[in-house]
Amino acid sequence: MLELRHLSKHFGGVRAVDDLSLTVNQGEIFGLIGPNGSGKSTTVNLICGVFPTTSGAVVFEGRDITDAPSHRVVASGISRTFQNIRLFGDLTVWQNLWVAQNSAEERSQGWFGRWLGGERSGRGDADELLKFAGLEHRSRELARNLAFGEQRRLEMARALAARPKLLLLDEPAAGMNAEEVRQLAARIRALRKYGMTILLVEHVMELVMGVTDRIAVLNFGQKIAEGAPAEIREDPAVRTAYLGTADA
Amino acid sequence: MDFYYGMAQLIGVHTLLGLSAYVVLLTGQVSMAQAGFFAIGAYLAGMLTVLAGWHIVPAMLLAAVASAFVATVVGFPALRVKGLMLVVATLAFGEAVRIFWFNFDYQIAKGNIQVGPLGGEGFKQIRYFPENGWSTADVALFIWAWVIAAMLALWWMDRSRVGSVLRAVGEDELAAQSVGINLTAVKVSAMGIGGFIAGLGGAIYAHYTTHIEHLNFGVVLATFAIAYPILGGLSSVIGVLIAVIFIQGFLVEALRFMGDWRNLLFGALIVLAMNVRPDGLFDARAMRTLRRLFGRQDA
Repeated sequence: MLELRHLSKHFGGVRAVDDLSLTVNQGEIFGLIGPNGSGKSTTVNLICGVFPTTSGAVVFEGRDITDAPSHRVVASGISRTFQNIRLFGDLTVWQNLWVAQNSAEERSQGWFGRWLGGERSGRGDADELLKFAGLEHRSRELARNLAFGEQRRLEMARALAARPKLLLLDEPAAGMNAEEVRQLAARIRALRKYGMTILLVEHVMELVMGVTDRIAVLNFGQKIAEGAPAEIREDPAVRTAYLGTADA
Repeated sequence: MDFYYGMAQLIGVHTLLGLSAYVVLLTGQVSMAQAGFFAIGAYLAGMLTVLAGWHIVPAMLLAAVASAFVATVVGFPALRVKGLMLVVATLAFGEAVRIFWFNFDYQIAKGNIQVGPLGGEGFKQIRYFPENGWSTADVALFIWAWVIAAMLALWWMDRSRVGSVLRAVGEDELAAQSVGINLTAVKVSAMGIGGFIAGLGGAIYAHYTTHIEHLNFGVVLATFAIAYPILGGLSSVIGVLIAVIFIQGFLVEALRFMGDWRNLLFGALIVLAMNVRPDGLFDARAMRTLRRLFGRQDA
């Protein structure tokens, strides 16, 4: 479904992502892990067209979307969340979902109703998303007033508001306590049941090991291992990357 | 009485100017080009009524459309830059427009006098209102009909999805892109709407002062344009109106007895107002309080 072909991104002399190739299959939850600075977030940003690639290609459902502008990437069916939550703080919870309703179905609606209609015009599946995120009672609250965990949930709901086929979660468990991580895992599994494909970029091992089907490990921008969670856990190269070599 | 009508006219025109900057500012863009769009509207509408003999309403609308067009064209390159660089780019554009009119001559004979813009001399005798027998009160009403129409239209826009999208872009461009918003389209549209409203304001201004010259459309006017929405707070179009009344009605007029010292105090009061109420005189909290007063608990 999503294919990265020899993807590279160099910042000056730094090879943030270096010749990375991987394939995420339809309906799969794919984990992308690696130590700090290994190029995980850069990979997400390359897929989403935040900055131009140095070389290589991003192919989604057979179409080359390398360096497409972000809004086109969303239109093609890829949504994302951010490592450091980026909500529209001065908009309400409901408005955050409203502005993100950019799916093909929404875009084919009448222009007038879509752009100039009042809040009720955009109801759509937003109520369902609010319920999914456990925010149905806070829909009129400003996003900036939400608690941290609620903000994370809203950001995920906002990404889903565009009805993506592929969801990129950039460290969704960062800053969460054990209970919140457990709830997040349940949400991710629920999404899979709806047929969502997910690329999960994560630090928190118990989440990655618990929900993913396959994992790729990055270190210094390169893929050092790929396989099922159990294989990755035993992989010596991965252990070295995370824990350092014995003689280091 | 004429003083109050004059005041109402001035406040109306400046409200349009402030509204034009408000739309652009919602997307996080500080545009110093609004006085330029205002000037385009003023000169074009004046030429249409004086030289071509048009009725004022179609003249205003065509002038506003032309301003909107120029604003859109300016929007594409200018909005590629951000923050301070955008201020400089739009300021340069505004000055370029002013200097264009400083150099622009186009006069025709009407009876035994020459009419039309004449460079540094300005554009005199835009006498549509007196020639058609409009009283000062008529003109004031006419202006306010436009102001109210513009405010209602923007108030509607604010409540619609467009309003939320504009604010989303203003708050976080990266996040806005990432939820599928086309940044360029949104920013350029905002410039276009702003250009249209500024053009309308300029068109009215030319006709009620009857004499315009390039000096009317300088940096001072551009600063006023941007000061209104900033001072008024960006939560509602009402804020712009209140800021215009505060600045033009209170600061400029009420302090007239101080002579030229008034300008100093004027600046100081704006600084003070921004310190006391950093989100504008009329911020989101004030809006909510007001809504509560009118019995709307849901906001």
